[in-house]
Amino acid sequence: MTATAHKGKLAQMRQRWSDMPKQVRWAGLAALVAFFYILPNRWFYEYLGFPIGSEYFAFYTTRSDFAAVLFDTAVFVLLAVGLNVVVGFTGLLDLGYFGFYAVGAYTVALLTSPASRLDLTWPWLAAVPVAIVVTMISGVILGTPTLRLRGDYLAIVTLGFAEMIRLYAARNDGLLQGQRGIPEVQHPPGPMVDGRPLFGVVDSKPYYWLILTVIIVIIFAMRNLERSRVGRAWVAIREDEDAAEIMGVPTFKYKLWAFAIGAAVGGLTGAIFAGKQTFINSDSFLLESSILVLAAVILGGAGGIKGAIIGGALTWYLPEWFRGFGQIIGLDFDTAEYRILIFGLIIIVMMIFRPQGLVPNRRRAAEFADRRKEAVPQETVPSE
Amino acid sequence: MRQKLARVLGGVAISALVISGAAACKADSGSESSGSSAACDLKIGFFGPLTGDAAGLGIHMRNGTKLAIDQYNTENADCKVTLTEYDSQGDPAKAPALAQQAVGDPKVVGIVGPAFSGESEVADPIFDQAGLPIITPSATRPSLSEKNWKIFHRGVGNDTSQGPAAGRYIKNVLKAEKVYVVDDQSAYGAGLVDEVKKVIGAVAGEDKVQVKQTNFSAVVSKIVGSGATALFFGGYYTEAGLLLKQLKEAGWKGTMVAGDGVNDANFIKVAGNAVAEGTILTCPCAPATEAEGSFVNDYKAAFNADPGTYGDVSYDITKIFLEGIKDGKSSREDMLAFIKAYNKAGTATGVTYKFESNGELDPAQVVVWAFKVAGGQVVPDVEIPKA
Amino acid sequence: MNFAEFFGNFPALTITGLEQGAIYALVALGYTLVYGVLRLINFAHSEVFMVGTFTALWTWEALGYNQNTAAPAFGAMLVAVLVGLGAAMAASALTAVTVEVVAYRPLRKRNAPPLAFLITAIGASFVIAEAFGVGTHRAPFGMPVMIPSETLFTVFGAAVTNIQLLVLGVTLVMMAALDQFVNRSRLGRGIRAVAQDADTAALMGVNKNRVIMLVFVLGGLMAGVAALLWSVRYGYTKFNVGFLIGLKAFSAAVLGGIGNLRGALLGGLLLGIAENYAAGLFGGDWKDFTGFVLLVVLLMFRPTGLLGESLGRARA
Repeated sequence: MTATAHKGKLAQMRQRWSDMPKQVRWAGLAALVAFFYILPNRWFYEYLGFPIGSEYFAFYTTRSDFAAVLFDTAVFVLLAVGLNVVVGFTGLLDLGYFGFYAVGAYTVALLTSPASRLDLTWPWLAAVPVAIVVTMISGVILGTPTLRLRGDYLAIVTLGFAEMIRLYAARNDGLLQGQRGIPEVQHPPGPMVDGRPLFGVVDSKPYYWLILTVIIVIIFAMRNLERSRVGRAWVAIREDEDAAEIMGVPTFKYKLWAFAIGAAVGGLTGAIFAGKQTFINSDSFLLESSILVLAAVILGGAGGIKGAIIGGALTWYLPEWFRGFGQIIGLDFDTAEYRILIFGLIIIVMMIFRPQGLVPNRRRAAEFADRRKEAVPQETVPSE
Repeated sequence: MRQKLARVLGGVAISALVISGAAACKADSGSESSGSSAACDLKIGFFGPLTGDAAGLGIHMRNGTKLAIDQYNTENADCKVTLTEYDSQGDPAKAPALAQQAVGDPKVVGIVGPAFSGESEVADPIFDQAGLPIITPSATRPSLSEKNWKIFHRGVGNDTSQGPAAGRYIKNVLKAEKVYVVDDQSAYGAGLVDEVKKVIGAVAGEDKVQVKQTNFSAVVSKIVGSGATALFFGGYYTEAGLLLKQLKEAGWKGTMVAGDGVNDANFIKVAGNAVAEGTILTCPCAPATEAEGSFVNDYKAAFNADPGTYGDVSYDITKIFLEGIKDGKSSREDMLAFIKAYNKAGTATGVTYKFESNGELDPAQVVVWAFKVAGGQVVPDVEIPKA
Repeated sequence: MNFAEFFGNFPALTITGLEQGAIYALVALGYTLVYGVLRLINFAHSEVFMVGTFTALWTWEALGYNQNTAAPAFGAMLVAVLVGLGAAMAASALTAVTVEVVAYRPLRKRNAPPLAFLITAIGASFVIAEAFGVGTHRAPFGMPVMIPSETLFTVFGAAVTNIQLLVLGVTLVMMAALDQFVNRSRLGRGIRAVAQDADTAALMGVNKNRVIMLVFVLGGLMAGVAALLWSVRYGYTKFNVGFLIGLKAFSAAVLGGIGNLRGALLGGLLLGIAENYAAGLFGGDWKDFTGFVLLVVLLMFRPTGLLGESLGRARA
């Protein structure tokens, strides 16, 4: 019962927020965005008087570079936002999302690297749209035969496809250069004031700002998409595919669109990742990561963009932060080895207390409430 | 509450942006000033997998590094060196964040690692830009030394020294007529097999296996069917142990030869003494002799386990850094110069560490030994002559 | 592609493929049973298997065997294997039930959405695997040789060993027993009833929680048997050994029609053979790839697997 009371409070807060004048809400959002932009700067914490990694500012990752962790976290957030189109909006269970990420990264690597067997050495910026188109096409190719499957069968088939992509990349010694991988992938362009390239290898901050900007653009696009005809069709498919079909929604077409758009975001993420990483081999696209992205979407509360963002951020950031957790709480004990264990425990506990996700989508929450009502007779049966 | 929080954050954000210039200057001057206090309180980083699939390899290297540092710290209790672990999980995608962290900590004057070639491709450019010297105990991809990274050093011979030597052993010592080659598709394993094939010429057959695989029945049938008397396996100890076990169960009588990725106590642990008996393991290292040091015993005492592959190399190269620190080399440039000029034998491996300008071990110093499994122990067999 | 080699080894590839497939099938039963009743992909089942292998190893070590002791005489071997079997089955069942009670039951009480179960399953899998990883220093472990491999007879030139017969025999016996249990016994009827229509079954007086518990116990017991057979056959374990086996077994369950007991057997054997043929024909690096191709292609033509979902149907 405490859970519902808590939820009430949260809903109240949400209500108050949406009752605020539009200007205030925009200013609040702008401040939040500005905050994210200055987050990786060391001087920010020094200016605030928080020594890094101290008990005053415990959220700084002390064992891996904060800006780089923020970049990786942002990669995960973008992936979660992309997968949310498929899993959250449309309700299709996709366990192989990393396959698209791999396709995007490999496309950029092949087109831009002087070490690639294609020997094209395109600039990074020219390769990105190609990567997006290629992943979109691969999404359609994958989706056309598989989207007739439902639920868990779709999950295992997408998982199979992602594994096929990875295994093929690992064993293809020709174009993809096997496990030796493709080195010397080009960075995004752009000089700094002093003429040095903005996107180098030592500093992750420019990459973080780049991907943060991309995330913001994608979020706006997604919000519009969600409220468009396409978005409403997706929700209809999620709630009841058969009913949607009968009401005249061409479900297959819209499912394919969801797949293609999700894939395109995955490909874009892969392209940015390749541009920063400079080296690509199949080790970066393990199945475990694919499952983690799905976990991120659901942890945050599938269906809403906010949920995807928060889920994605926590899924990457928490384990990285746990590396230095022992130090932060002043223990002479290295928590790095336990970080995945602790993360697993957090998932279990979080799901028990917030099964609908951290920030459930309002409409989704209503669906669950319906389910709950329907399920009442079953609960009244004395059990245990 | 939420809008309040947003307001506070926004206010902080905007004011921070305004004063950013001044603050940035302050930050730059603040972080570098602590370097003058002699060569104390410095850090040596270990970069490699400590969790994840490849952790079994990384932990031995970390232990070797830790042992060297712990010994140094007991001898120099007033001026300690700290070991900082960068657990990459062997995943190139995780490498940049860790490498940038190491680079951003001015107290880190040297890195033992990165352990694998894949993560080296990603992390080494970062170390290079920051001038942070590294010595890798185990990344043996030949092309790593061709990238003009001035900070790169390799404490072992690369695949082009070990692979041909293993091939020569099979050809000249085992005198095997029919040789089957198998690799695990890793850059390391496939690279070794390529080099071995170049030396022995025609092979009786070749196949690939997958890492984490446990059922090798298909490749076992092929090897037994081919009538090969020797098998070269390019890969790591777990798969090697399982493959050999299943081969022996299928009645195969030949000899397995494998590289340093298998030269690990865990190989015998997986296969069992009886199965592992007679296996030849090559290693671009020399056997530890009693006169040279008590590494093996110290390691056992400290970690309650036999030192695994590259544990000894890690120990020796950590000692190079420690000698530099002892010598008062407290900056990265000094340390780099110290390593470039280094020329001394390591106590655990017996290898003389002298680096060429591209970071490779001096070819004259690269020795490749064949070890043999006898009675559950890896014992030195013979030094494989050059060419 | 190497046809000469492939056809030369064809009988041997078939036999070893069946043997591998049998272990997939036993693990697949756990996925299928839980899925049939709860519509849940129990990702943690791979760790249930892993716990079984470690239990077998530790039991044998406690009995004084290690990988370097000589294989015991027949009587002692029988005792050791049976004790190991009992321990592995008990430990696996206990692990499965613990996951159900600690992780899934609270979710069911709150009527959580199906996706929440999926994520909890992933979390539970992380926790168990990592706990063993930390506890065993992520080292690989060789196991004592309990039954030395002996060739009993040959079929078309392929040797058939005692262990292969044991693995296949035990699998078929366990499958038949489970099939009979689900189809004939009172408890089995409860399982089928809940699988068919949980609400109606509850109204008819079937205790749903007890049935669910039973399903986890049965899945765990089967995983325990698989773990023991695995230990006898491959003599090896590691903290992450469950991941790949779990993935394959899950694929096998889907291949045969998830929720269908006989489908799990069929899917397991088929997957085992197909992988071996692919490894023989194209090379070992195509093994997993081919497994997934088979799965994807098959689902295109039979979207609910070879035998269809049917734990609830009378046929089971």
